[in-house]
Amino acid sequence: MTLPEGWELVVGLEVHTELKTTTKMFCGCANAFGAEPNTNVCPVCLGLPGSLPVLNVRAVDLAMAIGCVLHSTIGFSTFHRKNYFYPDMPKDFQISQYDLPINSGGYLDLLDGSRVSIERAHLEEDTGKSTHLGGSGRIHGADRSLVDYNRSGVPLVEIVSGPDIRSSAQARAYASELRGILIATGASDGRMEEGSMRIDANVSVRKLGEELGTRCEIKNLNSLRSLHRAIDYEAQRQFELIGNGGAVRQETRHWDENLGETSTMRVKEEADDYRYFREPDLVDLVPDEAWQQRIRGSLGAMPADRRRALLARLDNPTSSQLDALEVVVDLGFDELVLAAIDAGVDASLALARAANELAADIDNIANLTPDAFIETLKMEQSAALSATQAKLVLLALLHGGGDPRAIAASKGFEQLSSDSLGATVETLIAEHPDEWARYRDGDEKLAQFFIGQVMKVTKGQANGKAVISELQQRR
Amino acid sequence: MKSARQISSDVRSGASTAEAEVAASLAAIAAKNDELNVFLFVDEEEALRTARGIDERVSRGEQVGALAGVPIALKDNLCKVGVPTTAGSRILKGWLPPYNATVVDRVIAAGAVAMGKTNMDEFAMGSSTETSAYGPTRNPLDPSRVPGGSSGGSAAAVASDMTPLSLGSDTGGSIRQPAALCGLVGVKPTYGLVSRYGLIAFASSLDQIGPFAKNVEDAALLLEVIAGHDVMDSTSLPENAPALVARLNDGVAGKRIGLVRELIEGADEDVVNSVNQAADALRDAGATIVELSIPELRLGLSAYYLIAPAEASSNLARYDGVRYGLRVDANDVAAMNEATRTAGFGAEVKRRIMLGTYALSAGYYDAYYGQALKVRTQMINAFQRAYLDVDLLLGATAPSVAFEFGAKTGNPMMMYLSDVFTIPTNLAGDAAISVPFGVGEGGLPVGVQLLGPGRSEAQLFAAGRVLELAQAPS
Repeated sequence: MTLPEGWELVVGLEVHTELKTTTKMFCGCANAFGAEPNTNVCPVCLGLPGSLPVLNVRAVDLAMAIGCVLHSTIGFSTFHRKNYFYPDMPKDFQISQYDLPINSGGYLDLLDGSRVSIERAHLEEDTGKSTHLGGSGRIHGADRSLVDYNRSGVPLVEIVSGPDIRSSAQARAYASELRGILIATGASDGRMEEGSMRIDANVSVRKLGEELGTRCEIKNLNSLRSLHRAIDYEAQRQFELIGNGGAVRQETRHWDENLGETSTMRVKEEADDYRYFREPDLVDLVPDEAWQQRIRGSLGAMPADRRRALLARLDNPTSSQLDALEVVVDLGFDELVLAAIDAGVDASLALARAANELAADIDNIANLTPDAFIETLKMEQSAALSATQAKLVLLALLHGGGDPRAIAASKGFEQLSSDSLGATVETLIAEHPDEWARYRDGDEKLAQFFIGQVMKVTKGQANGKAVISELQQRR
Repeated sequence: MKSARQISSDVRSGASTAEAEVAASLAAIAAKNDELNVFLFVDEEEALRTARGIDERVSRGEQVGALAGVPIALKDNLCKVGVPTTAGSRILKGWLPPYNATVVDRVIAAGAVAMGKTNMDEFAMGSSTETSAYGPTRNPLDPSRVPGGSSGGSAAAVASDMTPLSLGSDTGGSIRQPAALCGLVGVKPTYGLVSRYGLIAFASSLDQIGPFAKNVEDAALLLEVIAGHDVMDSTSLPENAPALVARLNDGVAGKRIGLVRELIEGADEDVVNSVNQAADALRDAGATIVELSIPELRLGLSAYYLIAPAEASSNLARYDGVRYGLRVDANDVAAMNEATRTAGFGAEVKRRIMLGTYALSAGYYDAYYGQALKVRTQMINAFQRAYLDVDLLLGATAPSVAFEFGAKTGNPMMMYLSDVFTIPTNLAGDAAISVPFGVGEGGLPVGVQLLGPGRSEAQLFAAGRVLELAQAPS
């Protein structure tokens, strides 16, 4: 979606990421997703009378790592209380950071060369999780509400971008790049579907050169796709509203993934008053130079660096190879792919197998050794295995490890002998004289037709390159 | 009643048993609690079981701690597993904590026996124990008068010989003022010296737990047990508990002690007389008394009544009916929150929540809460300047002796003035001790207050000991 000439979309994103610490932010409870409700809780994260918070230093380490990568200024910071009533917030205030966040300023460069400024990346605690039964599924009108406090007190970093984003595609690219950084720093697992990375989008439109328009904050963006769609929808809605002589009202809007629409959630008639004040139960946070150096020294390569390293190995990459490269870096398979390329495997083959077969079975990736991956791909490259067979060998490796040659042998993946393949090709040529004639006249597309026929007959046992070789001998 | 030191010594030597001491405490509680309303909950069975356990350990020759067999009363804002803890409020009626306050763990580890929970002003907001949802506590020295507050129950427990020791909390004078009104020693330790973990918060930056005792030595003994770093409290000082008992007889010879005009200004004549006599006693013991003025102290009360309610408005938000304590059902969550808090909190608590909410609100923050923080900084600086010249400061603890029920409940400002001399120490995070010295109107005790910089407890106890000895019958 693009706005008409002369109009501009303005987006700023607030990304909340749960930090991948062993324990919660202010107590010793496990920070784990998926446990039985209200089992990872204690007096502190339940906010029981008399309990006090003690800061988890590991959460500070991870927040600083994010700040380092985002080129933020890391400095003296404090915690504040953000006061408001909500049943999933046990103390009825959230411990957050206010005027002195741990990370101030910074920027993130995107693949397309654009730069998005970062206003701040601060630490705060997560709330519990409410489930509203009956009614609309939201708190208003629900028959009853259940609260799970396992998430209460899980450390979060909120990363606030400047209003620098000008398209839904750029918003998506920003979120994707940020997600890669969060994973690469070890700060987060980046799992949007589990809520460990959550995005709110502030969206407004304006005529070029005019002041910023009134913005709406969109919530419930649970995937990069939702982010993209919701921004497009909202931009169009605001543009039409203004075009029809209306005005955008500042409000919080809810994205409905099924309807593909945003709808009013809460109207901001006046600015919220959270009565922020310094959290008296915590002391100042002073990340001194030595601490910052330790964090900087512990950082590995970021996605942008790793993308560059892999890109350097591709000659004139196609767009599908670039897509595969994205996936490979995103999932952290880039070292494996580089090792395969170093060992002589064709870069496009290594990328394709990693971005497809390995990505599809990521939970079992620990079973696959680099050597086995490389060996399998070399067998495929030398036509000792067909593509289908190579994929099946990879599948077997992912589900139990082992030696690729032994697996291929045990599955009976002996390549068809050239005699037998030649005979099959002869038969098929006889059965399809028209196609053969067109192939002989130079229509190369027909090669694929014959490969498909051979695969059908041999149940995928043949190697495509070998088929082409047989066809060309008879041309 | 025997001192805590004596009981512990007798229990360890076999001259007495913990069970006998606890039984004597239970008998005293049974005899007087109906009249005085000191204990909200008496943990009789658990106390006797604990006492027998201590006696068994003594008989096996095991170490049993500095407070072996000593009955102790706990203010009802200190959490103890499975023991009803209300902070004097209807909103927490029936709540059973699943965890122990650090101080509770420490006194138990030292062999003390927790007898139960004592009455207090609701959420420690008051100076007379009259705001308790469970009725007022009477002053054992004159049951027509208040024991002071907010730790009135803990003061009355010791003053009525129910227990030789008790724990209170002091946010603006809630230990020292009732100690003064009940003729006891009461201590507000340096902020961070005693862990607040498990203390139901009133105003987090001001709250400190401290001891009540009949004499300086017992108070020192108890503070040694509860003080020292605790990983569960981020504001806890890093060091171990200071040695206090060993330095009790250090005296005050060569010390410079400032008699502060603002800490007697407006006090009743009998109180002023006692403070002057205390100054004489300290001078007789070799101290130099310097009369001085710290004008900033006059701003303490105003700053306190912005900072403490502001923090309280946030600390008390959690009593919303969702998870524990009282719940008054209503149509939706917000209405349930409101109905619960309307029914569960008393008038003084509501007043302070509203004051604090207002002081923190956008548009008012700078004029109220922000300004109060500046005053607080001025107060800290003023004390620091004073301590460049003198070692300790001297003044009154409270403006009057114990007053009658209802005397100040109609006028909150009058009640707030009860703490005008104690509040500055809390704002500064410093230490102070109230020691009974002389008698005033109605033959009631007067408390004098010794103030010192942070970590000056050993000096304060030594000076308090001098005042104690000066009154001892020769």
